[in-house]
Amino acid sequence: MNSIEITTQISEAADSLNLKKWDYGASFSNDHSVQVDKGEAKQLKASQKQILTIRVWNESNLVGITTTSDISESGIKKALNQANIASDFGNKNERTEFSPLAKDPIEVKVTKKRNPAGIKKLLTLLREAEVKLIESHESIKSVPYNGLSESFFERVYANSDGAFRSYTKSQAAIYLYARAEEKNKKPRSSGSVKLGYGVEDIDIESCIKDASDKTISHLNYSSIKTDKYLICFSPESFLTIINAFSSMFNARSILDGVSLSNKNSIGEKLSTEALNIYDDGLHEKNISSSPFDGEGTPTKRLCLINKGRLENFIHSESTARIFKTIPTGHAGLGSKVSVSPDWIVVEKSKENSDLKTSLDHSSYEGEFVYIEELNAIHAGVKASQGSFSLPFDGWLYKNGKKISIESATVAGDIKYLLKNIVNIESNQEVTTSGISPHIWVDELSITGDA
Amino acid sequence: MLSSQIKSNEIVFGSCNKDLLEEIIFYGIGLGADFVEIFIENTDNSSVLAEEDFITSVSPSFGRGAGIRIFKGKKDGFVSTNDLTKHGLMRSVSQAIEMLDITDNKREVFNGLNKHRDYSLPKKKWINEVPSIHEISEKLLVSTKSLKKNNKIITRKGSYSRNLQEVIIASSDGTYVSDIRLHQTVGLNVIASDAQYRSSGSRRFGSSGMPNEFRFWDHEKAANDVFESSMNMLYADYVDAGQMPVVLANKFGGVIFHEACGHLLETTQIERGTTPFENKLNEKIAHESVTAIDEGISEGSFGSLSVDDEGMEPEKSVLIKDGILKKFISDRAGELRTGHKRTGSGRRQNYSFAAASRMRNTYIAKGEFSKEDLINSISEGLYCKSMGGGSVGATGQFNFAVEEGYIIKNGKLTNPVKGATLIGEAKEVMPKISMCGNDLALAPGFCGSISGSVNVTVGQPHIKVDSITVGGR
Repeated sequence: MNSIEITTQISEAADSLNLKKWDYGASFSNDHSVQVDKGEAKQLKASQKQILTIRVWNESNLVGITTTSDISESGIKKALNQANIASDFGNKNERTEFSPLAKDPIEVKVTKKRNPAGIKKLLTLLREAEVKLIESHESIKSVPYNGLSESFFERVYANSDGAFRSYTKSQAAIYLYARAEEKNKKPRSSGSVKLGYGVEDIDIESCIKDASDKTISHLNYSSIKTDKYLICFSPESFLTIINAFSSMFNARSILDGVSLSNKNSIGEKLSTEALNIYDDGLHEKNISSSPFDGEGTPTKRLCLINKGRLENFIHSESTARIFKTIPTGHAGLGSKVSVSPDWIVVEKSKENSDLKTSLDHSSYEGEFVYIEELNAIHAGVKASQGSFSLPFDGWLYKNGKKISIESATVAGDIKYLLKNIVNIESNQEVTTSGISPHIWVDELSITGDA
Repeated sequence: MLSSQIKSNEIVFGSCNKDLLEEIIFYGIGLGADFVEIFIENTDNSSVLAEEDFITSVSPSFGRGAGIRIFKGKKDGFVSTNDLTKHGLMRSVSQAIEMLDITDNKREVFNGLNKHRDYSLPKKKWINEVPSIHEISEKLLVSTKSLKKNNKIITRKGSYSRNLQEVIIASSDGTYVSDIRLHQTVGLNVIASDAQYRSSGSRRFGSSGMPNEFRFWDHEKAANDVFESSMNMLYADYVDAGQMPVVLANKFGGVIFHEACGHLLETTQIERGTTPFENKLNEKIAHESVTAIDEGISEGSFGSLSVDDEGMEPEKSVLIKDGILKKFISDRAGELRTGHKRTGSGRRQNYSFAAASRMRNTYIAKGEFSKEDLINSISEGLYCKSMGGGSVGATGQFNFAVEEGYIIKNGKLTNPVKGATLIGEAKEVMPKISMCGNDLALAPGFCGSISGSVNVTVGQPHIKVDSITVGGR
């Protein structure tokens, strides 16, 4: 069945069950992926997946939901029935409705149609990449974590009020994590990830180079003394922190009592006037962009922090209604609709006179810690309390030298971090999770072995 | 007539599918595969969320699908699909064969499937015995009400999930197995707040194969535990970073052994060349006080199973005996590629993952000391009463958050501290576990790895680590 046929099927089945109000979200995908081990194919995978999530409203206007991978005629009927039963337990205190924007025009990025490369092509490319990465330096002995994948999928949203929208897309990804070993030293590992709309768009050579350069740069390591340091966050690591604490901008989290913000926080000064943060799911560099969210609301650019002050929250239909505003295109379809950011863009505002512009990661000669990548986010972040304690890969810059840090964690508080931003470099870099320049923060605690 | 046609052309749960499965396997072997495995799944899940004094989410889901795995030499191809018709399954086999580029004429012999081992027979009634949504909702609401013990508790949540999975496993070595698995979990969470102070508390409980477990769950005891934890930590200071001895509590304290050492004993890590223990069999890798076990047989434990996802009954594997490495955790591919015998540990989240060597119920065995003996032996250190999550890097370093910690001074527990993180490497920390308590206890959890998220149990008695890096501020 295609998406129009499924919509018709659901509509007819709902009529037969006397269900007047419903909506659904669905995704259909075909994926290929390969992994290699020293020139040999390790695992080759293909999958055809279909997921359908149906919501129905009962006579009391309470919502029930069911998710299924069975989109046969009987599967759809069963899903509607189960959703109807679940609606008896619908949340009476927070009503859910269709998004008022579910029929608004959407902006679909036009991209060149990509064709599947197929398993054999993926395998050949990944084998070549593995060989090149191992040959790039004598200390690189293996590439234990690697993969090349491509996915072709369709997403659909429709409701009983006549909204219907869908889009098809493709995405490909490569990741290469090398392991380097030298005598009498601990093994070191680092890697790189690259995305594209199709395999032909991925810059595999730069992925190999990044993985090699990063791994080799950590070969000569040293422990770091536990102390407070001036920190330079790479664009990737700063975006990791912002995403980890995105509950600050999240209306759902505020209503659930797990955010550092509250309903009245709009306008609160969080950081230097030089800081602007946007959520921009439709950004041209966002390979994973989606033109609408789980409730069918169009995706759009939204300012979250303007000149250091909290400017907007991200919303679903129900949170927007409670906050007396409009949905922002950040909802995920579920029994309890989730809200999450799409693609964070960090930039320096025009009000930047208070920044210490001498702090530039490529030229600054004083002592500082450069945080390249933060790890273990799920374990080391307490978003509801604002604290973090995270292991990282990075370097200590001291006396004009750069030394890889053996094993250390950076700890602090997100509000303290934002308030103590001392420089925002000018050049933004594109990462897999957003765009940001290098960000400098004064006085964060580093725990090392020394 | 119609019934038999359906049976011959599509997998039907609860019926004999032998002819169809044999036909699919014959097809794969005929095309040149060394080995063909079919994993078919039918799921019926539901989850309920209570927030404050209301049910805010009820989410049923169901689905079905198949994962087809073909081996040729040491290579394997895996295809997953929602199409359980004969045509769909054969198409998946063809796709896997094509991926592996099998063109040689060598043919393995397939002698048909063995006698059906049906582990599901006594379990078919489970679906009717588990608590209804209505019943579990009432229980959760009583539980969240129990969390409302003072006005500092600003957020109260109770959650329940039930996963019922029916599986059929058939492969060209004759394996033909059916089983039903039932996993239930319930969790309680609070956030406490007072002026600028904030803390949280959470506990999760879980079982497998025990449909009535949560009818008799002592929610009041659980609520008291969560409440006390959040109150103890509300005004806690941040811990000072440094090297120090620590005592790790029993139950979920075992997550460190699971993450930092257990994963390194899975054959997938040998295949990748990422475990420091690869060539250490029968060598000392831990303090002699450490014996560690991985098994899938403890009745009702969250990681227990009647049969693994490759059709093998789980065994009790003594991984480390008195500090000596004795065994690795292995699956079919692990045995093929590393030579370590299968241990009934081939596991996967669902049909869309190929099975891999994964832990089940993994714990450090009990020792001879009391908890007080361990604490009394430390003049200055940290007691980690409750552990949060953690991770292990590609080169073996681990990092774990301490949810509830107390400073040990002169052999006594003193003030609570927050923000502590334990940092180290398994091969350096294992020899420093110098004392094991006599109070072994297990806790349920979810483990995410190469074959998805699977149910596991972690555990240990109280243990003392002589020295470890504690991250803080």
